Amino acid sequence: MERIEVLKTYKLYIGGQFPRTESGRYYPLLNSKKQTLANISLASRKDYRNAVVAARGAFGGWSSKTAFNRGQILYRIAEMMEGRKMQFVDELMVQGISKSNAVKEVQTSIDRMVYYSGWCDKFQQCFSAVNPVSSSHFNFSVPEPMGVVAAISGNSSSLLGLISIIAPVIAGGNTIVVLASEKYPLCGVTFAEVLATSDLPGGVVNILTGKSSEIHSHMASHMDVNALLYCGDDKAEIKTISELAALNVKRVFVRSEKKLEKDEHENPYYIMDFQEIKTTWHPIERVGGGSGNY
Amino acid sequence: MGISYFDDTPHVDQVGVEERIARFSTRSIKKTSKMQALKLALNMIDLTTLEGKDTPGKVNQMCYKAMHVCNQLPELPTVAAVCVYPNHVKTARKALNGTEIKVAAVATAFPSGNSTSSIKLEDTQFAVSEGAHEIDMVISRGEFLRGNYNFVFDEIAAIKDACGKARLKVILETGELSTLDNVRKASDLAIQAGADFIKTSTGKIQPAATMPVTLVMLQAIKDHYKKTGKMVGMKPAGGISTAKVAINYLVMLHETLGDSWMTNEWFRFGASSLANDLLMQIGKEQHGIYQSKDYFSND
Repeated sequence: MERIEVLKTYKLYIGGQFPRTESGRYYPLLNSKKQTLANISLASRKDYRNAVVAARGAFGGWSSKTAFNRGQILYRIAEMMEGRKMQFVDELMVQGISKSNAVKEVQTSIDRMVYYSGWCDKFQQCFSAVNPVSSSHFNFSVPEPMGVVAAISGNSSSLLGLISIIAPVIAGGNTIVVLASEKYPLCGVTFAEVLATSDLPGGVVNILTGKSSEIHSHMASHMDVNALLYCGDDKAEIKTISELAALNVKRVFVRSEKKLEKDEHENPYYIMDFQEIKTTWHPIERVGGGSGNY
Repeated sequence: MGISYFDDTPHVDQVGVEERIARFSTRSIKKTSKMQALKLALNMIDLTTLEGKDTPGKVNQMCYKAMHVCNQLPELPTVAAVCVYPNHVKTARKALNGTEIKVAAVATAFPSGNSTSSIKLEDTQFAVSEGAHEIDMVISRGEFLRGNYNFVFDEIAAIKDACGKARLKVILETGELSTLDNVRKASDLAIQAGADFIKTSTGKIQPAATMPVTLVMLQAIKDHYKKTGKMVGMKPAGGISTAKVAINYLVMLHETLGDSWMTNEWFRFGASSLANDLLMQIGKEQHGIYQSKDYFSND
């Protein structure tokens, strides 16, 4: 008797859980021969709202972990991805990518995760400063995470684009709600399974699948989101996002997904995009030759 | 002689209650009806601060919030009352002078209720003399649980006397009563002893208000109303922090007791963080944009 294959249900990833979309909607993902590969959840604005609540809830815990511990957890994600390499390759191939390119994309993705895991406890030193001031104060500036980041993945890749968005954002201590590529959503859901098994607290990364056209305006207007990263190429969407983001002065970044495999996408400035600089004035007395009173 | 308070007290069908509760949360309340429900819920709040660290400053701050829930949003109702310890009643009365907002005081050795009857009476009389419109008393759970119903009944009746014109809310502290049957018994006892309101919890014990205990209490009120024609109010308190849950309570209230109870004269939410969530949802309905806690005052 022939065995019936058990097909995977591709769901959302919110707050460490895998819920179906509250809207109950889905869209069929077709391959080049117009065959249905999977039914993908079509997330609604309410799923997005729930994800933001989860991300906000997780922010305090994630941002106050030691930088070193965050690095360990990102490295753990890379370890888990390595174990699932073949699954990612298979998924890329059913989405129409050649085997050699698929293998390359998965390897680059894992390496990129390791790259950013290394930066977790190092970018602060590189981007901090002790500032010269003309009073008896010890004055220093340090980067701190912005908060909840929303992101929209473009349509040029299934896995690498997503990793390139998520890794620098969480390496800096932020939490994120990301809409996976609408055209290539499969790896996003499998990556969520990786996250669920890699010591990452629930809610730090939340992955939705669905249509950018439907969600981008809500992402931009949500008052509890601090920054937005857009990796698509729709001019009208970029305009809407820029306008609506002004409501709570969200920081908006539009990033191209061209040549994603290149080293230029491995860059600590991508961590710094989602940091704010805090400057502290600390009174001192008679340090060195100083003789100030306060 | 033992008096039987429980001749008409039915046993509670726990499974039935849970099934009924599950259905209250399936009602679709949108647009104008949602807006109406949100504003009604806001209008039913007893804004509460019951902490050891309360100061006159904190009480004044809360009273200001009670009067000006959110100036940026137009046409908002005020909350129903503020709820404080007896020693802060005077401050609250002064701060709320000239408004419709009531001042409620917890009394009778809140929250444990473990003290002598004379001290509890004195506590109540003090709160009333300071100007409290409403008294929230706790029952002696220990006496209730060991079956000393006469004691609990007499105590409630004595406090009711001491209240004079002030309305009496009787806190059952359902989190300590273990079973729904006990909740029903305590409700019947409190109502017969003269409670104007019955209230679930002090907020100091977990679980605080839950939908099942509230439903049981609402049914006790309903049965009493059918028998005597007298209305008794209901106040779930503690643990209700989101607008969604508050609306579920309103649905339950409406479907159990009907329109006449849908006012802050007969129904209250004991809560502090609920107000901000309601404001965020009202803001969402008015502007179509999801709101952030950052833009609403903490207290």
